[in-house]
Amino acid sequence: MMEITPFLKKLLSLPGLSAYETPVREAIAETWRPLVDELEVSRVGSLHGLRRGVAPEPRPRLLLAAHMDAVGLMVSGMIDGFLRITEVGGVDDRILPGQLVTVHGRRDLPGVIVQPPDFLLPPDQRGKPVRREFLLVDVGLTPDEVGKLVRTGDLVSFAQQPFELPGDALVGHSLDNRASVGALTVCLDELQHMSCDWDVWAVATAQEEETFLGAYTSPFDLRPDMALVVDVTHAKGPGSNDYRTFGLGKGVVLGWGANIHPGLYKAVKELAERLEVPFQIEAMSRHSGTDAYAIQVTAEGIPCMVLSIPLRYMHTPVELVSLKDIYRTGHLLAEFIARLKPDFMQKITWEEPS
Amino acid sequence: MNPNSQPSARPPAVGARQIALLEKLSNACAVSGDESEVRRIVLDELKPVADEIKHDALGNLLVIRKAHVEQPLKVMIVAHMDEVGFMIVDKEEGGLFRFELVGGVSKSHLAGKAVWVGEKHHNGVIGAKAIHLVSPEEQKNPISIENLRIDMGPGGADNARVGDRAAFATSFRRAGPSLIGKALDNRLGVATLIELVKHAPGHIELQAAFTVQEEIGARGAIVAAYALQPDLAIALDSTPAYDLPDWDGQENTRYNTRLGFGPAIYVADAGTISDPRLVSFLTAVAEKYRIPYQIRQPGGGGTDAGVVHRSRGGVPSVSVSIPGRYAHTPAGLCRISDWRHTLALLYHALQDITPSILESERRMP
Amino acid sequence: MKELIKKLVECIGPSGFEHIVRDVIKDEIAPFVDEMHVDALGNLIARKGTRKESGLRVMLSAHMDEIGIIATHIDENGFVRFTTVGGVFPRNCPGGRVRFMNGAQGVIGTERAESADKAYTIEQLFIDVGASSRTDCPVKVGDVAAFDRPMLDLGNRLVAKAMDDRISVAAQIETLRRLKDTPHEVYFVFSVQEEVGLRGATTAAYGVDPDVGIAVDITMTGDTPRGTKMEVALGKGPAIKVRDGRMLSDPRLVKLMVEAAEKAGIPYQMEVLEGGTTDASVIQLTRAGVPSGCVSIPCRYVHSPSEMVDIRDVEHAVRLLLEILSNPILL
Repeated sequence: MMEITPFLKKLLSLPGLSAYETPVREAIAETWRPLVDELEVSRVGSLHGLRRGVAPEPRPRLLLAAHMDAVGLMVSGMIDGFLRITEVGGVDDRILPGQLVTVHGRRDLPGVIVQPPDFLLPPDQRGKPVRREFLLVDVGLTPDEVGKLVRTGDLVSFAQQPFELPGDALVGHSLDNRASVGALTVCLDELQHMSCDWDVWAVATAQEEETFLGAYTSPFDLRPDMALVVDVTHAKGPGSNDYRTFGLGKGVVLGWGANIHPGLYKAVKELAERLEVPFQIEAMSRHSGTDAYAIQVTAEGIPCMVLSIPLRYMHTPVELVSLKDIYRTGHLLAEFIARLKPDFMQKITWEEPS
Repeated sequence: MNPNSQPSARPPAVGARQIALLEKLSNACAVSGDESEVRRIVLDELKPVADEIKHDALGNLLVIRKAHVEQPLKVMIVAHMDEVGFMIVDKEEGGLFRFELVGGVSKSHLAGKAVWVGEKHHNGVIGAKAIHLVSPEEQKNPISIENLRIDMGPGGADNARVGDRAAFATSFRRAGPSLIGKALDNRLGVATLIELVKHAPGHIELQAAFTVQEEIGARGAIVAAYALQPDLAIALDSTPAYDLPDWDGQENTRYNTRLGFGPAIYVADAGTISDPRLVSFLTAVAEKYRIPYQIRQPGGGGTDAGVVHRSRGGVPSVSVSIPGRYAHTPAGLCRISDWRHTLALLYHALQDITPSILESERRMP
Repeated sequence: MKELIKKLVECIGPSGFEHIVRDVIKDEIAPFVDEMHVDALGNLIARKGTRKESGLRVMLSAHMDEIGIIATHIDENGFVRFTTVGGVFPRNCPGGRVRFMNGAQGVIGTERAESADKAYTIEQLFIDVGASSRTDCPVKVGDVAAFDRPMLDLGNRLVAKAMDDRISVAAQIETLRRLKDTPHEVYFVFSVQEEVGLRGATTAAYGVDPDVGIAVDITMTGDTPRGTKMEVALGKGPAIKVRDGRMLSDPRLVKLMVEAAEKAGIPYQMEVLEGGTTDASVIQLTRAGVPSGCVSIPCRYVHSPSEMVDIRDVEHAVRLLLEILSNPILL
């Protein structure tokens, strides 16, 4: 079995904010290259890896998608050598004060997000969580140097380095959704020793956190017969224990709802039961909040299934997952793919006789 | 050739058979994402007359009536099958279930209602705290959905599972010139489109799209329009009539539509600015055949046309709705006459439409 | 160019009803294009140039439509109730004048205020067209109107309604006329229905199927007293968009635009806009994806009947577009 931690730690040490995925894409490509038959980059920066199946042409095609982009910040202006910031993806302003960051100017600059003292803030911000527009980034340089090295629109990424915690846990700034990229990689690795009928397009999508850009465009290009989407969901943890959260280390979370094809859901669930892979079920009453939302309505429509990895503290620099859940997800995907017969699509059509 | 497809000068009726079909459709449950029950009814009705039927990846039912001419005008009529409702999201002790809303269910209409849960329509209730136990302070605030549960009965824990859908348990009934039922938005449209398919004219290709997931973002119609590639499209829906009196006796200026005034033709809603060529065509048809109609008040809301008209390189589109009071609550109410006139308008429109409607570029007449 | 701008901004063309503007543009560009057509939604799509070896299919998009209003009810005394088409702010309405597509004119009045410190909602406003009853009212439900105001020439600064986005329409027309030698097949799209959700550009981009998309639109500024915190200012050149509320520009295009501006000595600014978006956001999502960006013209008082731009920014935007289109685009 592939040891996924070093690969994940490498990904978690790279930036790769939405639209600026190049560094992380290149790292993923390097690891995927020996695991796939073809590798290409889409027009908008998603990574497509093809592992060819063995069924006769025309072979059915599976899309296996996980987004690789990360949330972060962007320079929106400058004042006296300090930087003003806006977000890329959704970040809670209240976690920002005191964060160590990297400002990607003409060269990378270390910095810290600072909250000015109350008397320098508008009266309605005093003694309360301070809105992002009043926070500043201090890179420790003189205004002149800052003016030369930084301009509006430069990226700011979290500088938090990944580390492990006891109990198979991993911490890092963009485990949403690089944990799932890890699961796809585990799957591709397991498939090395298996024969499958279907073509598998493993896709690391771009810009999920902003516009689902990769998820709208890659399936239009690849035209898969169906799609399995891997993302993270909320794990139970401090202050987060209701029905919308799932046990950390308690297995894969299978999504159910309007974005999910019921026949595909049933097939994945039955296999998890058969293989005794622990799983939990997440009812998504409307929007799955994943790439499946976009993939499902691409072109003439694509049957989708969502598998999620429980994760604590989403969209903070200290996201936390259980490695066990990553391996299980990858394993379940590989077993599912290896069992796909060329006529699978005919077996999951709608229930009515036609 | 099917005898039904003979064009006739008289539009199909709205009689006992049509009302019985609407009853069946209204009493069926098809909360967005789980439209099987309605899809099955539509399929049973149309299998004998359809030239082609396709179930797509989202569960849309695409029914084609082919033309008897070469290169016909392809007219898509889209009616959504789904309704707003609930999804069970968590199982608690003693047959109690937590739920979330699917689509824009009116939050002030939840407490103290009976519901049908799952495909077997198991009974359940959304209760409310007894008035005796409610403080005057509490009574001033809306009842939060956080505090509501679907109660399946102390022994009903096995009658529902997480992920099951539920809908208000309202049985369809007639009230003089009116009809009362749940999900008239948009079973009225579905029932009307079924009749139109049965009486399709031969000079056009009629693409009837019975769509899913309209109430959660018109998602079915996105892929239906992409697949069908129509020349033009009509969304057939039911839109609210807020034609109730104003509290202080002033003129009600925000009725949206009014019962008894006929089909509501859209100029603009939040999702679509109707193609002016189609609006003037429909109003001309109405006037020619002396069918009453109303212009829906421009403003909010939307139909499947919102995504259909943006499909591929663009699809000239318009919406026509049957007005209905109290949409998205347990009991909607509509007039049979509005339904009949909507069917007549669209029937004649399909008979009379020709490709010349798209010859000049989009502009006001 | 001022004359052209005046002609464009004084046309009525609320979203969905752009044909008057479209006819003006057609006349202006007809001698300069290789071909043009109007698509199903009313977008005007004009091609110039054929693709050479180093060339791409490039789509430019500036929207023809403007915000406006639409009648929802005529009351028994002939007052017209209305709702907005696009992002009209109720606070900018009272006392304003409107002109309907059929020529009827009117003034916007208000109900008695509930309290002095509460802003009006659109439902509290009405249009007085000089009628005294429902029957003599020249407006009917569904009729569309635009704000009515002539352009004001303040020298370098011009003020008008619908600068958003006729100023970019003017810039595109000027670019089209001046473009002499391009390796690209350039589609100049004058799009419809941007203000109500970027609908025209959605279908135009599908039809054109470009390799690269560039929107030309206005952006807000941060240079007015106690205004929005934003770096962009009037008169400092076109703004190269890095992000807005609904998209991140393709970083390769941002870099290319910056380099083009620097090479040609054109002043420019970097734009990070917190809300709002442009046609580029939907062009980007088209088909298998289109690398997209936006050249913005700074504009004050956006979505008011008096939007202000600096003519020098427009001229520089034209030069920047010409510089981009005259050279290979390497992504």
